[in-house]
Amino acid sequence: MEWSELIPGLVAAAVPMAVPLLLVGLGEMFDQRAGMFNLGAEGIMMMGAFVAFFIDLKLQMPWVGLLAALVVGGIFGLLMGLVCATFRSKQGIAGIGIYMLGWGLSGTLFRVYVGGPMPIHGIPALNLSFLQGIPYIGHVLATLNPMDYVTFFLIPLSGWLLFKTAWGLKVRAVGTTPRAADTLGIDVIRIRYQCIILAGAMAGLAGAYLSVCQAKIFADNITAGRGFIAVALVYFGRWSPWGVAAGAAIFSLAAAAQRLIQFYGFKFPYELALIIPYVLVIVVLACSRNRNRVEPAALGKPYFREYRG
Amino acid sequence: MKKSYVIYNIFVVLIALLIALLVGAVLFAVAGGNPIMAYKVMLTEPLRGVFGITEMLVRAAPLMLVGVGVAVSFRSGILNIGGEGQILMGAVSGAFVGLSLPGLPKFLLIPLIFVAAFAGGALWGGIAGWLRAYLGVNEILSTVMLNYIAIQLYTYLLRAPLIDPQELAYGTGIPQTAQLTRNAWLERLIPGMRLHTGLIYAILIAIFIYLLLWKTTLGYRMRACGAEPLAARYAGMKVERYLVLAMVMAGGLAGLAGAVELCGVHRRALESLSAGYGFSGIVVALFGGLHPLGIIPASALFGLLIVGADMMQRAVTIPAHIILAIQGLIILTVVSSALFLTHRGIREKILGYFVRQPAPKSEVS
Repeated sequence: MEWSELIPGLVAAAVPMAVPLLLVGLGEMFDQRAGMFNLGAEGIMMMGAFVAFFIDLKLQMPWVGLLAALVVGGIFGLLMGLVCATFRSKQGIAGIGIYMLGWGLSGTLFRVYVGGPMPIHGIPALNLSFLQGIPYIGHVLATLNPMDYVTFFLIPLSGWLLFKTAWGLKVRAVGTTPRAADTLGIDVIRIRYQCIILAGAMAGLAGAYLSVCQAKIFADNITAGRGFIAVALVYFGRWSPWGVAAGAAIFSLAAAAQRLIQFYGFKFPYELALIIPYVLVIVVLACSRNRNRVEPAALGKPYFREYRG
Repeated sequence: MKKSYVIYNIFVVLIALLIALLVGAVLFAVAGGNPIMAYKVMLTEPLRGVFGITEMLVRAAPLMLVGVGVAVSFRSGILNIGGEGQILMGAVSGAFVGLSLPGLPKFLLIPLIFVAAFAGGALWGGIAGWLRAYLGVNEILSTVMLNYIAIQLYTYLLRAPLIDPQELAYGTGIPQTAQLTRNAWLERLIPGMRLHTGLIYAILIAIFIYLLLWKTTLGYRMRACGAEPLAARYAGMKVERYLVLAMVMAGGLAGLAGAVELCGVHRRALESLSAGYGFSGIVVALFGGLHPLGIIPASALFGLLIVGADMMQRAVTIPAHIILAIQGLIILTVVSSALFLTHRGIREKILGYFVRQPAPKSEVS
């Protein structure tokens, strides 16, 4: 096999894997910067995937499906905010609650209203022939989905939002020193709500990407842990958009390589090959431990106004 | 703790359950069913006969074990979300021992299977505990990843090395092990019903864990590390070790749940053995107030919900899958209610309406 075939092959396999991770990861980055975990991302993704799939199936309007997934994700984010910011409960365990809620609800609705595997048209790829000329990855770029381009654009956009706007400054303040932020008149709880809703909406969108842009079907557990993997990549990416993007790229290239190796005939039990990405996440987490300086100091800590200390 | 507080705590948790069930009613309506009918079938149908009650208790046993494990981990300051994977690793280690020593007499074989299952689950939990204690890896993420790894590993083991030779002979290839010999079966308590002695073991283990956590130095230290890790470290405790120990125990208990399912219910390792007990165990633990003795009745209640959901699926054609969503809601409401339990100002305020007592100076906790 030639390099000229291998690299496009790898990239072509990696992009659809990286994009949903990026979508969740970028949203997750905002809410972790504001001091909240959204460990329910996996469940929200399943809801998003189902809603977008369902709307496309019934109305043949995939873009409306994406929008609806965004809204549903936001609603789940709001619920998460209610539980974690207003009632100040343990965020980790609340995330598991959201995960089970999203999983159970999307599975139930799928069984009731759809029943079996139904194909949808989804959002077709753009065919941008002028990109063909770029060496190695030109072919891949030319046939990407519109959502892929949107996602790539979101990386610098979220960097700008987080580091160059007043709102981004507030988010970071709320995540590191909520008390100081409160003293300066920043509404800690409101900022946290904004971020968790944003994270939920992005997770919903990522799920919608899976069903409408990529698989073009819906299945139970379609997300296969991507929501959790994305949360891990935020740690790996040190809470910065380009870091998250790098994490998603490395992860999906590795997963794509594993798939190619299998495809080109190494005899290796299928199930054991599927383990590799999950092991990789654990290794990545274990390796990115010296993060004391960048980790938002208030991450996972509920904010009580009347607490001293 | 004052008696009124205990009653108050129970009261708050029951209100949380009620709110979750009310929101759940909306979900039932969205899923196109009549919520009142659905709840009626779900909550009363299993209690109408011996079959329903015994099935409820069959499910209570693994829930109790996983739930007690989750409580141990929570009390020690680490969250164990990895029940699913630990159950499977426990079941497959137990099945391996059971299949390789078929001739052993019962009084030796069953304890051996249980030890192997405990070890399998403990290994799986211990990895996450070790990663958290010494490498700072968020245990929720690692246990979830370990769940996915365990599911694949388990499926692989059942599909290739441990597969029932008969499945190969007939060419059906269903991923499951051969049936264990009779010596590995847990006794049935009522003829014709699936209820088995595993429930008794589970209750005994729950009581044992209660004694361990509240009546021994070890348990005190584990709880101290969970409640105030910095203070515990200052007092000379090796917090990391207790974190790992807690996860080893939590994983081991989930592994035992796997063994109970293996020897008591299925008598072989098969694909759907964990049946969501890993996640439901978390709900049970929270609902039981993270207290082993509270978890015993809580697991019976959730056994009821799970059996009831199956019966409801047949009666009113809402998929039993919805019980997952209801459990998710219960988690959300119960963790939200923690504010009313731990926040002293709020607690005193609410209690003040019901119990006449001199209002203590509002001390913020």
